[in-house]
Amino acid sequence: MAHVHTHDADHHDEKPAGIGRWLFATNHKDIGTMYLVFALIMFFIGGAMAMVIRAELWSPGLQYVDPAFFNSMTTTHALVMIFGAVMPAFVGLANWMIPLQIGAPDMALPRMNNYSFWIMPFAFTLLLSSFFTASGGPAGGWTMYPPLSLQAGNSFPTMIFAIHLMGASSIMGAINVIVTIMNMRAPGLTLLRLPLFCWTWLITAYLLIAVMPVLAGAVTMLLTDHYFGTSFFNPAGGGDPVMYQHIFWFFGHPEVYILILPAFGIVSEIIPTFSRKPLFGYDAMVYATASIAFLSFLVWAHHMFTTGMPLASELFFMLSTMLIAIPTGVKVFNWCATMWKGSLSFEPPMLFSLSFLFLFTIGGFSGLMLAIAPADFQYQDTYFVVAHFHYVLVSGAVFAIMAAVYYWLPKWTGHMYNMGLAKLHFWLSAIFVNVLFFPQHFLGLAGMPRRIPDYNVQFTDWNRVSSLGGFVFGLSQLLFVVLILQCVRGGAKATAKVWSDAEPVGLEWSVASPAPYHSFETPPLITDANTHHEHV
Amino acid sequence: MANAHSPADSAKYYVPHGSIWPIFGSVSLFILMIGASLTLEGGEGVPGTAVLFAGFALIAVLFFGWFGKVISENEAGLYNMDVDRSFRMGMMWFIFSEVMFFAAFFGALFYARNLSVPWLSGAGAKQMTHSLLWSHFDGGWPSNGPSRLGPHEDGSFETVPALGLPLVNTLLLLTSGVTITIAHHALRAGNRAILKIFLAATFLLGFLFVYLQATEYREAYTELGLQLKTGIYGSTFFMLTGFHGLHVTIGAIMLTVIWFRVLRGQQTAQNHFAFEAVAWYWHFVDVVWLGLFVFVYWL
Repeated sequence: MAHVHTHDADHHDEKPAGIGRWLFATNHKDIGTMYLVFALIMFFIGGAMAMVIRAELWSPGLQYVDPAFFNSMTTTHALVMIFGAVMPAFVGLANWMIPLQIGAPDMALPRMNNYSFWIMPFAFTLLLSSFFTASGGPAGGWTMYPPLSLQAGNSFPTMIFAIHLMGASSIMGAINVIVTIMNMRAPGLTLLRLPLFCWTWLITAYLLIAVMPVLAGAVTMLLTDHYFGTSFFNPAGGGDPVMYQHIFWFFGHPEVYILILPAFGIVSEIIPTFSRKPLFGYDAMVYATASIAFLSFLVWAHHMFTTGMPLASELFFMLSTMLIAIPTGVKVFNWCATMWKGSLSFEPPMLFSLSFLFLFTIGGFSGLMLAIAPADFQYQDTYFVVAHFHYVLVSGAVFAIMAAVYYWLPKWTGHMYNMGLAKLHFWLSAIFVNVLFFPQHFLGLAGMPRRIPDYNVQFTDWNRVSSLGGFVFGLSQLLFVVLILQCVRGGAKATAKVWSDAEPVGLEWSVASPAPYHSFETPPLITDANTHHEHV
Repeated sequence: MANAHSPADSAKYYVPHGSIWPIFGSVSLFILMIGASLTLEGGEGVPGTAVLFAGFALIAVLFFGWFGKVISENEAGLYNMDVDRSFRMGMMWFIFSEVMFFAAFFGALFYARNLSVPWLSGAGAKQMTHSLLWSHFDGGWPSNGPSRLGPHEDGSFETVPALGLPLVNTLLLLTSGVTITIAHHALRAGNRAILKIFLAATFLLGFLFVYLQATEYREAYTELGLQLKTGIYGSTFFMLTGFHGLHVTIGAIMLTVIWFRVLRGQQTAQNHFAFEAVAWYWHFVDVVWLGLFVFVYWL
C-alpha cells in the first residue's frame, strides 16, 4: 500500500528555504519571478550589445570593433532580446498572473513549468559560449539565412542547438499556459469572462506551439545541410536557399505576434483601470486577437518581397498583410474608446500603456508602408526596417512589459514603489526611445543599409542623434533596476487592490499584497459582478 | 491496494512541492547539446561523442526518474480528474507540436517538387536562372538537382518502389492501429488477457516496422545509390522517413513500457492516461506514415 500524502503543508504560507526553492521550484510565483529576473538580465546583456552597435555607428569608418564582431553583435542582440528578454518576460508575467487571474491553485503542470524555465539559462549559455571560441559568436544574422549562416565555424552548432532548446522551452511553456487556462478556471469563469491578458496569452500559446516546431525543423535542415550533406538549401542538389526563408518566416511572422499579443493583453488590463471604465468592446478585442493570430499564418512572405517571388505571391502577401491592419485598428480604436469620457489618471503603468498606444501605432503604420510590395523594394534591409521593428518591439512589447511590471509589482512585493522615480524612468524612456529610433526612419529612407558597421558620411548626423538617444535610453533603464530593488526591499504597504481609487477589476486584486505563496486553494465563484466587461 | 484508486479520489488539484527532475533534465539537455556541438565542431582529441552519450544516458535517467515519480504519485491516488485532464490536454498539444515539426519537412518536400526543381529547369519566372546557370537541367521528380549530387559517379540513383517494403510497412502500421484499438477496448472492459496480447502485438508490429525500415535504408544506401547526400530527393526522403522512424521507435518503446506496467497490474479500466496518451501518439505516427507513403514513396 503506497502511502497517501495529505500534504498538510499546502495550507501554510511556507516557502522552501535556500537555493532549493529556486532550483526545484514548482510554485508558479517563484518560477514567474525567475523568468522575470532572467529576462531583465538578458535585457541588459542584449542592451550592452546594442550599445556596442550604437558606439560603432557614432562615426563613419571603423572605430571600436572589427566588422565580424559587429556582425555577431547584431546577430546575438536580436536572439538575446527576442528569445531571452521579451519572450521570457511574457512567460514570467503569465506564470505570475494567469493562476491569480483565473482563480487556480497554480499552473496546471508545475514541474514542466520549472523545466521550461531552467532550460533557458543553459540555452543562452550555449548560444553565447561561442564568443569564447576561435570563430567568435554567431554573425550571420538572427534569421540565419543560408548560405551565409552555413559558413560559420564553432558558433554554428551551438547556435542551432541553443535554438532547439529555446524552442523546447517555449513549447512546454505554451502547453502549460493553454492547459492552465482551459482546465483550471474557477467555476463561473466562462471564456468570455476571461481577463484579456489570459485571452491574448492563450492565443499566443497556440501560435507558439504551431510555429516553434517549424523553426526547429528549419534549423535542423541547416544543420544537416552543413554537416550531413543534404541539399535543402543548395540549388546544385535541387534545393533553394529561398526555401529556408519561407520556412523561417512561416515561423517568424507568427513569432512577431507572439511578441506583441501578450502586450495587447497587458494594455487592455491597464487602460480600463486608469480610465475607470470597463474595456470598450471586450468581445471585439477577443475576436480581433484571434483574427490577427489566424492572419499571421498567411503573411510570412512579406519579409521576402525582394527574393524574386512570382508576381501573384507578391500581391497575395501584400494584401493579406494589409488585412491585418483591420483587427489591429479595432484594437487601437477600442483602447481609445475605453479612454473616451473616462476619468483618467496617469500612474506609471498608464503612462507606459499610453506611450505604447502612440508608439506602437507609429510602428504599425511604418509596417503598412513596408507591406506595400513595390515600395518595399526601396525599404528592404535598410534602417527603415530597423526603425519599424524597434518601434513595435521596444516602444511596443518592452514598454508593455514595463507597464505590466509597474501595474503588478506592488501585488508581487506587497510594497508601493517610488512613483517619482518611476515617472522619471518613464519620461526618459519615452523621450529617448524616440530620439533613438525615429531618426533611423530617415536613415533608412535615405538608403543606409542595416547590419553594416560602416556608412557613408552623409548619414553621420542622424546616426549621432540615434546613438545619443540609445545611450541615454540604455542608461535610464538602470533606474528601473534601482526602483525594483527598492520596491522588493521595502516601501509603503500596498493594499489588496493596490490602485484602490481606480477600482481595478480582476481576481488578482481579491488576494492580499503580496499575493500569498499559494494562490486559490479553493476556487472562487465568478459572476458578472466581478468581471463587468462591456459586451458589445 | 494502491492501484485500485480511481482518479476521482482526490478532491484537490495536486501541486507537487519541489522536484529535482526539471533541473536535472535541463543540465542533461545542456550536456547533450554540448556533446553534439563538440562532436560536430570540436576537432581532434575532443571527447565530443563521450559527452554526447553521457547526455543521452542522463536523459534516460531523467525519464525513469521523472515518470517513475509521476507513476508513484498516480498510484498513490494523488491525482484527481482535473489533473488527469491536464495531462491529456498536455499530450494533445505536444502531439500538435510534433505535427507542425513534420509539416516543416513536408513543406520542404512540396516546395522542392513544385517550385525549386521546376524553377531550376526553367519553369515560370525563373527562366534566367535556368539559362545562365543550369541550362542542361530538365527537372522532373525524383531529382538530385542540376549537379546530380549523390554517391554514384554519374549521379544516377533509384528510388524505393512504393509497392515493395513500403506497402508492407503501411499494412503493418495500419494493423497496429487496429490492435491497439482492440487493446484499448479490452482495457476499458477489464479484459486483461486480451489487453496484454494485443498490446504486445502492437509494439511487436512497431519494432518489425523499424526493422524493415532499416532493411530498406541498407538497400537504398548500398544498391540504389539513394543516400542522404543524393540531392534534394535524398534529403527529403531520409529526413522525413528518418524522423518518422525515430518516432515509431520512441512510440514502440513507450508501448513496451506500458505493456510492462500492465503486467504489473497498472493501467486500470478507470485510470489509464498513459495508455491513451501512447495510443494517441501511435495513431499520430500512423497518420504521418500515410502521408509519407502517399507523397514520398507513391506519387
